[in-house]
Amino acid sequence: MSLALIAEQVLNGLQFGVMLFLMSAGLTLVFGVMGLINLAHGSLYMVGGFLCAAVAAWSGSFILGLAAALAGAAAAGVLVEVLVIRRLYARDHLDQVLATFALILIFSEGTRWIFGSFPLFLDVPAALSGPVSLPLGIQYPAYRLMIIIAGLAVALGLWILITRTRLGIRIRAGESDREMVAALGVDIAWLYTIVFALGAALAGLAGALVGAIQSVQIGMGEPVLILAFVVIVIGGIGSVKGALIGAILVGMTDTMGRFLLPPFFATFMENSSATTIGSSLASMLIYILMAGVLIFKPQGLFGGAS
Amino acid sequence: MIREKHLNSLIWLGMLLIPLAAWQMDQPYTITLATKICVLALAGVGLNIALGLGGMISLGHAAFFGIGGYAMGILASHAQSYAPIMEHPFLIEGTKSMLVIWIFAVVMSGLAALAIGALSLRTNGAYFIMITLAFGQMLYFFAISWPAYGGEDGLSIYVRNDFPGLNTLMPVQFFALCFGLLTLVIFLSSRLQNSRFGMALQATRQNENRTRAIGLTPYKIRLIAFVISGMICGLAGALSADLNRFVSPTMLSWHTSGEIMIFVILGGTGRLFAPLIGAAIYIMLEHFLGGISDYWQIFLGLLLLMVVLFAPGGVIGLLTRREAAHD
Amino acid sequence: MTDILDIRGISKSFGALQASDDISLSLKAGEIHALIGPNGAGKSTLINQIAGGLKPDSGTVNFNGQNITTLAAPARARLGLARTFQISQLASEMTVLQNAVFGALGADGRVSRFWQPVMKDKALLEAANSALNRVGLSHRSRERVSEISHGERRQLEVAVALSQHPKAFLMDEPMAGLGHGGSERLTGFLRELKHEAPILLVEHDMDAVFALADRISVLVYGKIIATGTADEIRSNPLVREAYLGEEGDVA
Repeated sequence: MSLALIAEQVLNGLQFGVMLFLMSAGLTLVFGVMGLINLAHGSLYMVGGFLCAAVAAWSGSFILGLAAALAGAAAAGVLVEVLVIRRLYARDHLDQVLATFALILIFSEGTRWIFGSFPLFLDVPAALSGPVSLPLGIQYPAYRLMIIIAGLAVALGLWILITRTRLGIRIRAGESDREMVAALGVDIAWLYTIVFALGAALAGLAGALVGAIQSVQIGMGEPVLILAFVVIVIGGIGSVKGALIGAILVGMTDTMGRFLLPPFFATFMENSSATTIGSSLASMLIYILMAGVLIFKPQGLFGGAS
Repeated sequence: MIREKHLNSLIWLGMLLIPLAAWQMDQPYTITLATKICVLALAGVGLNIALGLGGMISLGHAAFFGIGGYAMGILASHAQSYAPIMEHPFLIEGTKSMLVIWIFAVVMSGLAALAIGALSLRTNGAYFIMITLAFGQMLYFFAISWPAYGGEDGLSIYVRNDFPGLNTLMPVQFFALCFGLLTLVIFLSSRLQNSRFGMALQATRQNENRTRAIGLTPYKIRLIAFVISGMICGLAGALSADLNRFVSPTMLSWHTSGEIMIFVILGGTGRLFAPLIGAAIYIMLEHFLGGISDYWQIFLGLLLLMVVLFAPGGVIGLLTRREAAHD
Repeated sequence: MTDILDIRGISKSFGALQASDDISLSLKAGEIHALIGPNGAGKSTLINQIAGGLKPDSGTVNFNGQNITTLAAPARARLGLARTFQISQLASEMTVLQNAVFGALGADGRVSRFWQPVMKDKALLEAANSALNRVGLSHRSRERVSEISHGERRQLEVAVALSQHPKAFLMDEPMAGLGHGGSERLTGFLRELKHEAPILLVEHDMDAVFALADRISVLVYGKIIATGTADEIRSNPLVREAYLGEEGDVA
C-alpha cells in the first residue's frame, strides 16, 4: 500500500465527489426554490452524456460535444419544465414523484429508440489523455484532474451566482418564502424555469464529463441520481453548501471504502471471504453513513426547515 | 357511474373467471399471466396500506418484495442442493414447503420493514421519499455483490415449491393458490381499513396535528402500518419468485418499487381493489403493447403522466366519480 | 380550589423576539380563565407550550400536580388535557361522526385493533354521539367535513375535544368566525361545560369573554400585565391603555 496509491484513491474520491456535486446542486436547488422532487434529473444527466458523445463523434471535437451537452440538457430542461414540471409545483410530493418517474420512462425508452440499446463511445480528448505528474511522485490522469478542477470552478461559480448576483438573491428569497417573492412582483414562472434549466445544465455537464471515463448508456443516470439523493439528504435539502460537503463526503467514503475495506478484512480473514464481505460492506457504506447522519440530524447537516 | 362495491365485485369475478375459462380452453399462458397479475396485485395491496391509507411515499418497497423473494430463494436452493443453510450452532436445512417459506418471507420482510421504517419515519416529506429509495438501493447493491445466491445473475429454482394437497406445477392450481391468497389479503386489508387502527392511520395522513391532540403518536401508528405493508410485499415476493422460479436483485431495484407504485396509482390510490385493476392494466399493456413495439414503456410513461396530471383518482376514481368512500 | 393547570415562568424567544416573557398563570377547577391580548401578543405561542407542541426555553407546566413540561403533546392529551385549535384541525376526508369517534378513540387509547369495524364500536359511538348532541351537530353526523360550514367546523372542533372526556380544556379562539347566534350558543354551552372541566380560553370576542370568564389574564408583548376578575380587569388602567382602549368602550 504505497503513498502514491492512497493519494490516487483520494483524488478519485474527490473526482467522484465533485461529479456528485454537479448532480446534487441542481437537485437541491430545484427542491429548495420550487419545493419539487425531480426523479427525472438522472435522465438529464443521460441526455448530456448522449449529446456529448453524438456531437463529439460527428464533429471530432470534445469541446463541441461538451457545449452541445450543456446547451442540450438545458434546452431539455426548459422543455420539460414548461410542459410538465410547471403543473406539479402546486401538487403534493406523490404526484411529483410519479410524474417525474413517468418522465424517466419516456426519456429512457425515447433515447433507446433514437440511439439503440448499445453504449455510445466517448473518448477522452487527446490533449488530456495522458498522466500529470504531481508532487510526491504521483501520476494522475490529466482528464480526471480536469474534472476536479472544473467541478470546483463550477462550485465557485455557483457561490458567486447565489451570493453576488440579482438572480442569486431571487433564488435565495424564493427558497425562504415563495409566496412573498411572487407578491413582490418577481416573475416566478421565469425564475423557476431558469433554476430548473440551470440544474439540468449541471446534470448534463456531469453526464458528459463522466461519459468519457465510464460508458454512455441508457440508464446511466439512475445510480448517480440515487447517490445524489443520498448526498442532499446528508447535506440538507435546499443547501448548495450542504450539497458540496455531502458530495465530497459521499465520494470519499465510497471510494476509500471500496479501496480499504477488502484489505482490512483480509488482515484477519481468509482472502475470498474478505473480498466478498469487504466489497458488500463497501457498497452499503454510504447508506450506513446516511443513516448515521439522520439519527443525529434528521434534516441533514445543513438543512433548515423543509 | 358505478358504485365502488359493485365495481370491486366485477373486478374480482373477472379475475376469477377469465383464467378459469382459459383453463377450459387449454391456454396455460393466459393462466400464467393472470397469476402474475395476482402476485403483483398482492404487492400493490401491501404498498397501498403504507401509501394509500398511510400517506407514506415509500420508493423502497421493492426491498420487502425482494427480501420475500430471496427468503424463498435461499430456503429452496438449499433444499434443492441438499446442503444445509447452517450447521453450527443449530442445524438449519432448506425447505421446499410453501407454508414454511411464506412464514419465513413474511417474518424477514417484516423485520426489514421494522428496521428501515424505524429510521426513515423519523423524517418526513421529501426526506422520507429519498431515504426509502436509498435503503432499497442499498439492499439491491448488496444482493448484487453477495455471490452466494447468484449475485447479479440471480438464482434459479428448478421445481416449484410444495403446497399440501395441490400440484403446484399445474398453472391453474398455482393460480388458484395465488388468487385465494390475494382475496384473503384484500379481505383482511378491508377489515384493517375500517378498524380502529385503520381510522388512526388515515386520520394521521389527513391531519397529524389532530392525531397528536387526541393523544396518539403518529410515528408509532405509521411504523406499524409500514411493517404490515412490508410483510404483505414480502409474501408477494415469495410468490413471485415461485411463479418465475427465479430470484434476482432486480426484485429489489427501485424500478420494481416504481412499478408497484404505478399499479396502485393507475387503479386509484387508497382504493381497495386499485392494485388489482392497476396490475391488470399494466400486465396487459406489457403483453399487448409490448408485442407491437419494443418501446412500449414510452406509452406507459405517457399514460402514467396523463393519469397523474388529469385523473388523480385512477381508474376506479374515474369510474365511480367520487372521492374514496368510507361507509 | 385546586390548580388543575399551574404554569410558572414560561419563557420562549425566537431569535431576538421574546414571544413569552416569564409567564405564570393557573387554571382552577370549575373556572373559565380567559386569556386576552392584542394580536401578536403571544397567546397561541403560550397555548402551544402548554399543550406540548412547542418547547419553552424555561419554566414549568404542571397538570394536576404532575410536571408535564418535558412530555410530548400526545402524552399530555392522554393525561386529560384537550385542546381546540385556532384553525380547525379535522380529518378532512372523514365525516363529522368519524371525527368525533376518532376523538373518543384517542381517549380510549387502544388503537392496535385491526379487525373490528370502528364505526360499530358501541362505546366510542356513544361518546361521539353524546358530544355531537351537546354541541348541536347530530343532524350533520353523516356529512363529510369538507361539506360542512365554517361555523359547523368550529362546533365539531369543540365536539372532538368533548369526546376525549378531558380533565381540562385549552381553547384557542373557539368563537372565531361564528356569527352572533353561534357565539351566543357557544357561550351558553361553555358556561355549563366549565363545571365538568375547567377551560383556559383564548378569545378576541370581548362580549363572550366578559360574560364567561371567572378570571382574565391580559397578555401584551409576551408578558402578563394583569390577572383578575372581569371587573378588576375592566378598571385596570394598564389594561385600558394597552388593550381595551383600542377597542373602545366595552359594557
